[in-house]
Amino acid sequence: MTDTNTRPVRRSLQVHPDQPASMERRKLLGGALGLAALPLAASLLPSRAFAQAPLTSAVNTTGLAVTDSTVKVGILHSITGTMAISETGSVQAEKLAIDQINAAGGVLGRKIEFVQEDGASDWPTFAEKARKLLVEDKVASVFGCWTSASRKAVLPVFEQYNGMLYYPTFYEGLEQSPNVIYTGQEATQQILAGIDWVVKEKGAKSFYLIGSDYIWPRTSNKIARRHIEKQGLSVVGEDYFPLGHTQFNSVINKIKLKKPDVIYAIVVGGSNVAFYKQLKAAGIDMTQEHPLLLTISVTEDEIRGIGGENIEGAYAAMKYFQSLDNENNKAFVANFKEMWGDDMVIGDVTQAAYLGAWLWKAAVEKAGSFDIDKVREASPGIELTTAPEGYVRIHENHHLWSKTRIGHAKADGQYEVVYETADLMEPNPFPEGYQ
Amino acid sequence: MFDGYTMGEIGAIFAMQGFAGLILFSVFVLMALGLAIIFGQMGVINMAHGEFMILGAYVTYLCSNFFADYIPALFGIYFFVAMFLAFLAAGALGALVEWAMIRHLYRRPLDTLLATWGLSLILQQTYRSIFGAREVGVTLPDWLMGSFALTDIIDVQINGLFVMGLTLLITVGVGLLMFKARFGRQVRAVMQNRMMAGAVGIDTEKVDRKTFALGCGIAGVAGSAFTMIGSTGPTAGQLYIVDTFLVVVFGGAQSLLGTIASAFTISQSQSAMEFFLSGSMAKVLTLLTVVGILMLRPQGLFSLKVRR
Repeated sequence: MTDTNTRPVRRSLQVHPDQPASMERRKLLGGALGLAALPLAASLLPSRAFAQAPLTSAVNTTGLAVTDSTVKVGILHSITGTMAISETGSVQAEKLAIDQINAAGGVLGRKIEFVQEDGASDWPTFAEKARKLLVEDKVASVFGCWTSASRKAVLPVFEQYNGMLYYPTFYEGLEQSPNVIYTGQEATQQILAGIDWVVKEKGAKSFYLIGSDYIWPRTSNKIARRHIEKQGLSVVGEDYFPLGHTQFNSVINKIKLKKPDVIYAIVVGGSNVAFYKQLKAAGIDMTQEHPLLLTISVTEDEIRGIGGENIEGAYAAMKYFQSLDNENNKAFVANFKEMWGDDMVIGDVTQAAYLGAWLWKAAVEKAGSFDIDKVREASPGIELTTAPEGYVRIHENHHLWSKTRIGHAKADGQYEVVYETADLMEPNPFPEGYQ
Repeated sequence: MFDGYTMGEIGAIFAMQGFAGLILFSVFVLMALGLAIIFGQMGVINMAHGEFMILGAYVTYLCSNFFADYIPALFGIYFFVAMFLAFLAAGALGALVEWAMIRHLYRRPLDTLLATWGLSLILQQTYRSIFGAREVGVTLPDWLMGSFALTDIIDVQINGLFVMGLTLLITVGVGLLMFKARFGRQVRAVMQNRMMAGAVGIDTEKVDRKTFALGCGIAGVAGSAFTMIGSTGPTAGQLYIVDTFLVVVFGGAQSLLGTIASAFTISQSQSAMEFFLSGSMAKVLTLLTVVGILMLRPQGLFSLKVRR
């Protein structure tokens, strides 16, 4: 379906050659890169920037907070409470993207101003703040939420007041809202490629599934189990632990007894640290790959808490790793560190959060309007060639086409990318028979 | 369940599960001991207990960084220094909190509950402001990681042994302090009859402060030790608080022996059930059992007769 959809998009992006080019200019100023296209872009910029800004009455017919020179957006994450650990990186990435877009001339000639609200790791608070952003601030889009619970809490608000949410986290799927663009991977994209890889490359025959006890790990393991059993391979155990569980010795004993080829781990939060430390203490050396550990829940962010030496040798299946070797990513990592400090690490979700603002900008410019309905209509087919992960495109189901990669954890807390899918994985939030 | 395993393997399972249960037992005792002293001996419901533990964990984190940066030659033994400093730091903070807040609330147990809960929020936010919202990774000396392989299935975890030894040491220390030393006699006297204790010349306020500081200090040591098995973050203390109260209440609040007995019961049943059931189900069954027993025996497993 996508080829017919994307062609007009490509053309519409080419109408604005100054945007990607001026991005490059910024990178150069940041000391990262130099490009031959620079003089051209520099000569184009002064005459073009802000000059062609269309009339506000034309680009905003629904009373959003858009003026002749600015447009207001919302950032809605937890900066206090338990989830602050995870959501901080997303906030940083979104601010970086907004900064860069403004430096490149804004959106439809308008500078982005953001209103930041704190969801405080509390789901009703998320809903209340979402309402405030949409009703009082009249923001043109919101970048935010992290856990599925927070997304589910704000969903009715976004649908009622017709807002647009860019949601960055990889999640369990089984959802598709006209008012949300999902910039992270849904479960099948992450899981199928990972399992196919260990089966093909490592000859895995038996799996032990383990996860924290809530919707994402349970749904993901359901998909994993089905995919494993369809190939005639076996699942030798499946276990769930309450969030915050800190004692894994019993399940580690079980794993040792069942001797699976692969431990498939979807443990999250503080439990993660306990799980990997105890796994190592119990004498399971993951660098021996016997059993091999494959996770979809540990990004570079989590490794900071776990400690690189405790997870060395594990594999992770997701779409982005900080160590990805391409020009977009090198510039992104350099800019991120320049803005937020050298000791920052960037995980999968942080990168997905960074995409949100850029996808929104591209959709607004394709639609030629900030109106939510027009942006929604313009969104399917939007592509981003400047994404740190490489190339992404919005599917008609509001998820992203993206590649899935396998990272091999190293002692310094980074992943080494050992594999990536040849093609973009199609997002399929409603896989048949998995609900 | 045991189909397809040899007798040797089944024997190994029981050995390993017994060992896992013992580790869990040590962990429970270590985290509950400080609370048992404060809650049991003073009647103060300290909701900030977990945050005192995390203070110990952060002290360990700072220590590990300090040793790694300045005296790497001694990195192997930094953990002992860290535990001692964690005890001092948590104890000092405990004394301060007792002086500033708790002593004004002794006759109002429900208010101490709210006040210490507020304190736990304040401490969490303080950690977040100082150390950042993300978890920090505490680097351990190599000798503390890994395990001895006894057979190809049975591995004995070194940090498990370490926690056991530490728990034994602290329990014996607290036991001696409480039942053999002058300080312990004073604490027990104040607990049994505050007025009479004051009348025979015991400075009850001082005893209160020291007791509270001791309980917090032990929490600090526990937090320090738990960097080996758990996470260190601003809200990590919350992971332990429920289990801690469970152990203390189930054991009978006034009895240190009860705390130990209850930790043993809960840890063994939990670890056995986790082996046969899923972790969530094991937790549910453990909680149900505890609720059931507490309905029949509201005072807990062991209880002392106390004159109020």
